[in-house]
Amino acid sequence: MLRVRSVDASYGRVQALRGVSLHVDAGEIVTLIGANGAGKSTTLAVISGLIRAQVGDIQFDGRDVTNRPPHRLVRAGICQVPEGRQVFGDLTVADNLLLGAYSRWRRGGRSEVMADIERQFERFPQLDERRGQLAGSLSGGEQQMLALARGLLSRPRLLMLDEPSLGLAPIIARQFLDEVQRSRDEGLTVLLVEQNARAALRIADRGYVLETGRIVLEGTAQELLDNPEVQRAYLGKGYREVWE
Amino acid sequence: MTLAEQIWQFFLSGLTTGGTYALIALGFSLVYNATGVINFAQGEFVMLGGMITAASMTAWGLPLWSAALIGIAGTTLVGIALDRAAIRPARGASIVVLIIITVGASIFIRGVAGIIWGPDERVVPAFSGEAPIGIFGANITPQSLWVLGATLVTAIAMWLTFEYTVIGKAMRACAINPQAARLCGIELSRMISWSLALAAAIGAIAGIVLAPITMTQYNVGTMLGLKGFCAAMLGGLGNGLGAIAGGLLLGVLEALGAGLISSQYKDAIAFVVLIAVLLVRPSGILGGRRGGEE
Ligand SMILES: Nc1ncnc2c1ncn2[C@@H]1O[C@H](COP(=O)(O)OP(=O)(O)O)[C@@H](O)[C@H]1O
Ligand SMILES: [Mg+2]
Repeated sequence: MLRVRSVDASYGRVQALRGVSLHVDAGEIVTLIGANGAGKSTTLAVISGLIRAQVGDIQFDGRDVTNRPPHRLVRAGICQVPEGRQVFGDLTVADNLLLGAYSRWRRGGRSEVMADIERQFERFPQLDERRGQLAGSLSGGEQQMLALARGLLSRPRLLMLDEPSLGLAPIIARQFLDEVQRSRDEGLTVLLVEQNARAALRIADRGYVLETGRIVLEGTAQELLDNPEVQRAYLGKGYREVWE
Repeated sequence: MTLAEQIWQFFLSGLTTGGTYALIALGFSLVYNATGVINFAQGEFVMLGGMITAASMTAWGLPLWSAALIGIAGTTLVGIALDRAAIRPARGASIVVLIIITVGASIFIRGVAGIIWGPDERVVPAFSGEAPIGIFGANITPQSLWVLGATLVTAIAMWLTFEYTVIGKAMRACAINPQAARLCGIELSRMISWSLALAAAIGAIAGIVLAPITMTQYNVGTMLGLKGFCAAMLGGLGNGLGAIAGGLLLGVLEALGAGLISSQYKDAIAFVVLIAVLLVRPSGILGGRRGGEE
């Protein structure tokens, strides 16, 4: 479904990605793990069109989508839930959801959008109770649910999540990842970026390990969990202290 | 006239000019919210509104209403052209560079207007006569009511747009967090076009309702733009209500200062106020709306 080939990207003179290649097949949850600053967010930003790929190409459904602007990629079915949630704090919960469906709304199908918003409210009753409140007043976990629901409202086929469990209590993070798994079971394909490698590998089918802008390892989730390098660097004791 | 009556009279005439400052300040806030840029060509939109209207009436003998519509439409097109020709090609440039581009654009627009219309002052007739209306002992012209009415209607229309329409909400989303807005499929450059078009239309409205009171000329945009900018800063840049409060307050302060101290200081008052705001309360009396990220 998604194929990224030898992509380079940089911020000014700082090169952030060097020859990154990865692929995500329909119905998979694929995770991208790596330390802070490894280039995980940059990888997602290149796929969603926020940052240019200087070299390499990106295919979605077999079509070249390299360096398309984000609104066209959203229309094509790629949606990124950004790092740190980034809900629109001064707008209500309901308006945040409506804007998630912005491109669908523009192309008509408005009653369908309204029905989808109600469906998300049924799925996340905490959001329903707060639909008229400003999104900025929600708790971190609620904001993350809102960011997910907002993303789902574009009816993506590929959902990309950037560190959704960051800053959440472990129980809330787990609930969130359960929701992600549920979305996959309903037919979504997911590219999940996490520093919390253990939690990500628990729900993922496959994974990639990114280090200073390069993919250094790839394999099934089980292979990565069993890999001594991964265990030492991402699942080891140091990691536990931070995350659990 | 007693002093109290005089003050009341100054207050009312201050509200009138303040209404136009409020409209100009709204234009500044709109563009600032969508782009982070202070658009120093905003004053030229005000000039264009008045001048195109006046010129359409004299050149084609059009009635006021159709000339005013042409004034608004023509100015809006200039706003869109400003975006396409100057702002969009410089995408990715720093905010300071974009602000300097708007300064350049304002000089360009003023220059072209000077070439087309020459240095003469133009008049737009008062919309509904000159007979003053008495309000508790003070006199106010009908045109003043038009100014205040236009301010009120524009402010309400903007509020409805931003509060209740999807495109208005999308523009607010761009102001709150452009990156997240783009990830929702909102086309940032289109929203910036919209904000400039709207700002131009609002500026034109200000210029048209003001023209019967002050006359208009190719170069009136500079001072009006600066006054509107002071008003926007006074109310808190990017804050719609603040723009209106700042505009009205600035107009009243100017009128009181000119009336009670000396009319020579009228223009200086705005800048004294601006400097005082920058020193004492840089976010303006109602604070900024920006910075809602996270
Ligand atoms: N906006 C930016 N400007 C300059 N450098 C950046 C920017 N964002 C990220 N970087 C740099 O790019 C590299 C990769 O960052 P990022 O993709 O955010 O990493 P991760 O998401 O894995 O933590 C880092 O070295 C980081 O310092
Ligand atoms: Mg990151």
